[in-house]
Amino acid sequence: MAEPVFSLRTSGRLRRRQLVSRMMGALAFAAALLAVAALAIVVISVASKGASALSIDFFTKSQPQGFQPAGGGILFAIVGSAVIVGIATLIALPLGVLVAIYVSELAPPRLARVARLALDITNGIPTIVIGIFVFTIVAAHQSALAGSVALAIIMVPLIARATEEVLLLVPPAQREASLALGVSRWRTTFSVVVPSALGGILTGTTLAIARAAGETAPLLFLTALGTTSYADANPFHPLQSMTFAIFTYSDQADPAFQAKAWAAAFTLMCFVLATSLAAKLAMARYRKKLGG
Amino acid sequence: METSHGDESSAFERTRSRLDRLGDPALKAITFVAAALAVTALVQITYELIKGSRLAFHRFGFGFLTSQTWDTIHNQFGALSLIFGTAITAILAIVIAAPLAVAIALFLTELAPKPVRALLGALVEMLAAIPSVILGLWGILILGPFVQNQLEPFLGSTLGFLPFFRGQTSPTGILTATLVLTIMVVPIVASVTRELFMTVPPELREGALALGATRWEMVRGVLLPAARPGILAAVALGFGRAVGEAMAVLMVIGSQIGIHLSLFGHSDTLAARIAGQYNGASTNLQTSSLVYLATILLVISLAVNIGAQLLIRPIDRRPRRQRIALDRALETQGMSAD
Repeated sequence: MAEPVFSLRTSGRLRRRQLVSRMMGALAFAAALLAVAALAIVVISVASKGASALSIDFFTKSQPQGFQPAGGGILFAIVGSAVIVGIATLIALPLGVLVAIYVSELAPPRLARVARLALDITNGIPTIVIGIFVFTIVAAHQSALAGSVALAIIMVPLIARATEEVLLLVPPAQREASLALGVSRWRTTFSVVVPSALGGILTGTTLAIARAAGETAPLLFLTALGTTSYADANPFHPLQSMTFAIFTYSDQADPAFQAKAWAAAFTLMCFVLATSLAAKLAMARYRKKLGG
Repeated sequence: METSHGDESSAFERTRSRLDRLGDPALKAITFVAAALAVTALVQITYELIKGSRLAFHRFGFGFLTSQTWDTIHNQFGALSLIFGTAITAILAIVIAAPLAVAIALFLTELAPKPVRALLGALVEMLAAIPSVILGLWGILILGPFVQNQLEPFLGSTLGFLPFFRGQTSPTGILTATLVLTIMVVPIVASVTRELFMTVPPELREGALALGATRWEMVRGVLLPAARPGILAAVALGFGRAVGEAMAVLMVIGSQIGIHLSLFGHSDTLAARIAGQYNGASTNLQTSSLVYLATILLVISLAVNIGAQLLIRPIDRRPRRQRIALDRALETQGMSAD
């Protein structure tokens, strides 16, 4: 109370408060540093160990017969992943977009809320549980197709929520203008609303693809079994996949296998990070265009 | 596909109107079916899992939940040790990850210079995009040896009087699994929390600062209370991810049945046990027991997710919450002046 009122120098309690504030700031900074360090350590170790094990053969040859450690490559794991994720996308993209159209354009608010809640909850189900679900449905009959169905179940909520978000960004005036010209609802949806949201739908799908390409657990029961899987691209056969290759190689004591695991991990990481980064940049630009 | 209205013949006009008359209900029906399919997937999953676990349920009943054995030779199965492993790894991971993630989000929204914000934010989201099998590979080949040779001896010599930090050091085990899960969960919680902080209205911050609060007092008095339900929901979602993670945990936990206090020791979780037996299930009873485990996992994840959703929903009622936040801010001011 007796302190001079106009003193500009901090002292006493105020000084302590500022000290606490600065300390907390330093702690937050340290936490951020820790997170970046963790990312750097993971990315750098995968990159350095993976890049040195890469070769042309690694992409163009298949795993030698009898699961030999030396030589060969992961050609059919790449092909298998592409087939599995590709079919999953073919299933999930139309389904996800239709769900989003229903939720954001047509559904009564209460049903829309229920659908949204269900999508969010499905998104939180552990992927291994989804794998087991499909496993019980196909009655233990393995095929790449079964793996695709499991991945599609994971992708639909992601695509639907992303699409719904961009459909909401499409200015209502565009819909109204089209309806006012006497264009029917479905034509308005497919020739006005969806095209103007297309950029957002595609980036949302790209993110879902990046996520699906990195999934291992749902494929274990459905299209895995490393050495017994087929070296071809027939979706009715159990096919190899990148993630499963990393998993089986990492399990081996032989350093040659570990080198292969790193190389496959590096390849997959480059794909996943590049696609999700590109999708996020595109999404940011697209948002600015529509929302700005 | 698209024709301008000018060149439409009357015949086309007729087909168009018929198409249009059919088109709208068709669109409604098709999208409704798609939505119903997506919604009922949840019910379908629950139904199939319960059906698949019936054999194990008939045999073991709810005793499955309290039995520790997982004996493939004598066909005796129980989930207790797996539930314990799941709980300890997920809880430890979220206890470490939650404060870290909130601190990162604070740094990203309040402290970092503008250009750094966008870059660091993108980096944190990239960490969230790394596939779990890659984290598992890194965990077993890089983190594991570090845990065995540096971290565990250090913990053992400094905190060895506690039962948690005793026992044989090993590259795999609860500690390694916890650390891998922490790395997985931090970016998820951090990016959600960051978005929450960004939605707190600037007037609230500025009000607190204008009243003489220091930056930390503003954070504690305004930002954290305003974002609290959202942060709790983000933490719950992160916990759900940690509980459900199969691959990364399978690769680093050591796959061993048994309950012990030592964090150095091997263990196993529900998700990892299911994943680990993908080609080993030899009897119907074992397969059914694995589906039983999946059902337990589903119940946990449904509870966590529905809880998180319930926490998120009230955020929409902003005005009342803003008032509370402002009250808190004023209160902090009063308290800090003692």
